[in-house]
Amino acid sequence: MGAEAGSIANEEVRPARSLWSDAFRRLRRDRLAVLCLLVVLAYAAAALLAQFGWIASPWEQEVGKAFAPPSFDRLELIMGTDFLGRSVLYKVVHGARVAMSVGLLASLISVPIGVLLGATAGYFGGWWDDAVVWFYTTVASIPGIMLLIAITLMLGKGMTAMCIALGATSWVHLARVMRGEFMKHKSREYVVAAESLGAGHSARIFRHIFPNVSHFVIINFSIQFMGAIKAEVILSFLGIGAQGLPSWGVMISDAKDELSRWVFWPWLNGTTPVWWQLAGATSAMFFVVLALNILGDALRDALDPRIK
Amino acid sequence: MTVYLLRKLLGTIPTIFGVALIVFLLFHVVGGDPTYQMLGKYATAEQVAELRHQLGFDQPLHRQFVGFLREIVTFDFGESYATKQKVSRMILDGIVPSLSLTLPAFFLTTLIAVVIGLLVAYFRGRWIDRVTVLLCVLGMSVPVLAYILFGQYFLAYRLQLFPIAGYDPEWPERLVYLALPILISVMVSVGFSVRFYRTALIEETSQDYVRTARAKGLSEPRIYLKHVLKNSLVPIVTNVVMDLPLLVLGAFLLEKFFGIPGLGGITINAVHDSDFQVIKAMTIFQSFLFILGNVLTDVAYTLVDPRVSFDGR
Repeated sequence: MGAEAGSIANEEVRPARSLWSDAFRRLRRDRLAVLCLLVVLAYAAAALLAQFGWIASPWEQEVGKAFAPPSFDRLELIMGTDFLGRSVLYKVVHGARVAMSVGLLASLISVPIGVLLGATAGYFGGWWDDAVVWFYTTVASIPGIMLLIAITLMLGKGMTAMCIALGATSWVHLARVMRGEFMKHKSREYVVAAESLGAGHSARIFRHIFPNVSHFVIINFSIQFMGAIKAEVILSFLGIGAQGLPSWGVMISDAKDELSRWVFWPWLNGTTPVWWQLAGATSAMFFVVLALNILGDALRDALDPRIK
Repeated sequence: MTVYLLRKLLGTIPTIFGVALIVFLLFHVVGGDPTYQMLGKYATAEQVAELRHQLGFDQPLHRQFVGFLREIVTFDFGESYATKQKVSRMILDGIVPSLSLTLPAFFLTTLIAVVIGLLVAYFRGRWIDRVTVLLCVLGMSVPVLAYILFGQYFLAYRLQLFPIAGYDPEWPERLVYLALPILISVMVSVGFSVRFYRTALIEETSQDYVRTARAKGLSEPRIYLKHVLKNSLVPIVTNVVMDLPLLVLGAFLLEKFFGIPGLGGITINAVHDSDFQVIKAMTIFQSFLFILGNVLTDVAYTLVDPRVSFDGR
C-alpha cells in the first residue's frame, strides 16, 4: 500500500470529490435553497418540540374567550383564538406536527416499496419486470385522489389509515425511475467487475448500484413529502384524515364558516370578520410547501449529474 | 390506424383487470362488510342479514368478484346507500356539469400558459423570465383551499361580483354561476402549466433548426410562432389529451364549495355519507377514463409527430 502511494506521490493528485460532497457544495452556493432548507428544518424542529410537549402545549386548553382577535397581550394570543377559545398559534404548531409526521411516515412506507420494486424489476428483468410494470401501471391508472379516499375509508379513517394510503399510492414514480436507472446500470463495467469478483445479486443491487442512483431517492423525497402534506390537508379537510388532532385541514374546515362572523378588534377600533384561523393554517401550509418546492428544484439541479 | 388503435385498446385489458382487482380487494376484502356501518348500532339481526344478502356480502369472495365484474361490464352498480338513486344514473348526470366547469377552465389555462410560456422562453434568463418563474412557484404553493375560500369570500361575498354558489342548467345563466369557479380553477393550475410549457419550449429553442432559422435571417416572432410553436405541439398536445378524460372528474373541492352537481361534488358527498357503492363505482369509472386518456395520448402522438409511426410501438 505504502509503495503504491509513493509511486503516484509526484503526480498532481486532485482529491476526488464524491457525488454527495460535490452536490453539497453546489447546494450551499444556492442561498435561496439554503434558506428553504432552514425553513423546512424549522418546521421539523417545531413539530418535534410540539410532539414532546415542550412548546405550544397543551393546545387543547382554553386560553381566552372564543374568537378573540390577535393581540400581543400573551404569546398564545398572537394569532387569536378559535371557537372554543383555544390558541390558534398552538394549533398551527401542532398542525405542523401532524403534517410533518404524515409526510415522514408516508415516505417511510413508499420509499422502500418504490426502491425495492423498481430496483429488482430493472435488475432482474423478465417476468418479474413484467409483473412490476403491470402492477405500477395499474396503481397509476386509478386517479390518486380516488385511491387515497378509497384506501383511507376502507382502513377506517384517521392518521394511520391516511399514512398507509399515502404510502401505498405514492411509490409509483420512484419505482419507475429506479427501474430505468437499474436497467442502465446493471450492465455497466463496474457492476460486471463486481460480479467477476464474486458479488452476489443483493450485493450488486444494494452495495454497488444503489449508491450510484440513490440521489434520485432524495430528489423524489422532497417532492413526495410535499405531496403528502398537501394530501393530508385535503383528506383532513374532508373529515377522513386526522381525527381529534389540530391538522391544518381540520382548521381550514372549521374556519371556512367563521368568515361570516364579525367581532370587535381593538387594533382596528372596529369590527372584523374572524379570519385568523384560516390565515394561520393556510399561511403555515403555504410557507412549507413553497420551501419544499424550491428545495426540490435545487436538489434536482445539485444532485442530477446530467445538469452540471 | 384502426389496427393500431385496436391493438392499443387490447393492450389495456391487463390494466383494466388490475384496476378491477385492486378496487375489489379494497372494497370487499380490506374494507369488509359495510352493513353494520350502514344500519347503525340499533339494527336487528334480521335487518343485517337482509341487507348483507341484498349487497351480496353473504356470498363467497369469488362469487362476489364475478358479481363485481358483471357490475362493471353492464355499468350497473345498483343503488346508492345514501340517495337511493341508481349509481350509474348519478354518474351520467354528473358528467355534463363537471365538464362545463373543467373544459373552459382547462382550455383557458392552456391558452394562457402557452402564451406566457412563449413569452418567457423568448426572454429567458432576463428579469421578466425570473419573475414569472418565481410567481409560478408562489402560485403553486398556495393551498387550493385558500384560493377557493378567499376567492369565494372576497369576489362573491364581499364584492358581490359573482353569485356565491349555485348552478343553473340553462345556458347563459350557467356561465354566470360557473364564472368564478372557472377563474379560481385557472388560478390554481396556471402556475404549474406555465412552468411545464416554459421548459418544453426552451428545450425546443435550443435545437439546431432554430439556429439555422436565425442564421438565414428569420425574424424572432416568426421563429417562435411558426417553428418553435409547431415543433412544441408534441408535448402540448400530449399534455392536453392526457388531461382531457380527467376533466370529467371535475374539480372535487370547487364543485363542493360552489354547489355544482358534478362528479366531484357527488364523490365528496359520498365520502361524507360513507356511501361505498358510489365511491367504488366512481373509482372504477375514473380509472377507465384515465386508461382511455393514455390510449388517446399515444394516438395523438402519432397524429402530431410524423416521426412516430403506427407500425412501431
